[in-house]
Amino acid sequence: MIGVSRRQVLAGSAGALAIAAFGVAPAQAANNAQDLIKAFTGGKPATEAKVKLDLPEIAENGNTVPMTVTVESPMTEASHVTEVLVLADGNPNAGVATFHFSPASGVAEANTRIRLAATQNIIAVAKMNDGSFVTASKQVKVTIGGCGG
Amino acid sequence: MATAVKPRIKLDKKEAKKGDIVEVKALVAHIMETGQRKDAQGNTIPRKIIKKFVCTVAGKQVFAADFEPAVSANPYIQFKFKATESGPVVLTWTDDDGSTIMGEETITVT
Repeated sequence: MIGVSRRQVLAGSAGALAIAAFGVAPAQAANNAQDLIKAFTGGKPATEAKVKLDLPEIAENGNTVPMTVTVESPMTEASHVTEVLVLADGNPNAGVATFHFSPASGVAEANTRIRLAATQNIIAVAKMNDGSFVTASKQVKVTIGGCGG
Repeated sequence: MATAVKPRIKLDKKEAKKGDIVEVKALVAHIMETGQRKDAQGNTIPRKIIKKFVCTVAGKQVFAADFEPAVSANPYIQFKFKATESGPVVLTWTDDDGSTIMGEETITVT
């Protein structure tokens, strides 16, 4: 008796292939995300540090995806976050929101709900008061897009 | 907007010690029309979003945000500020057409 038939093996591997192909498909940065980052940083490089993006791995409804962005900072006059730019590289327009902080904010953290058209990367770029930039990005898989008409 | 919209605002504490971090949650009813959608006749529905949100405490700005069409309808915002002095916590949402929605809470710092 053969435990697994040839048909089952084929079906199984085809399924695995499909998942793999789907998983590695890069989100195409077809919109103006890179231009907006350049305009924000003035061409300066942003290091990947300190910024935390909290988003669901999979968003069932792209119309309202909860997003929290936190930047590690003492938030004192000497060292604080001034602005955080949030972008979505797969939306018709990359811009999502810009948050403005000051030492009076105490903590550089903001939460809102955003629309995502498709599976894509969310990018946050934070500007510090000393002129340096830090960044983070996270991919979100979207089941139903939020920009439908 | 013609109809007065009352935003829902919640502070996690109304009384705080100096230096405490106070969390603010606010929700306002707004269509946040993206300007991408089309109506049944195929005409583009004009964009109408809240583009600016500002929070001041005792007259000083503690937090602000610029919104793009990618912010969901009925925008919700949550942020924190450091309690330094007692006073009104004023939240202002500014629409594309310049109209504003305002909400106010009070914080007492001891």
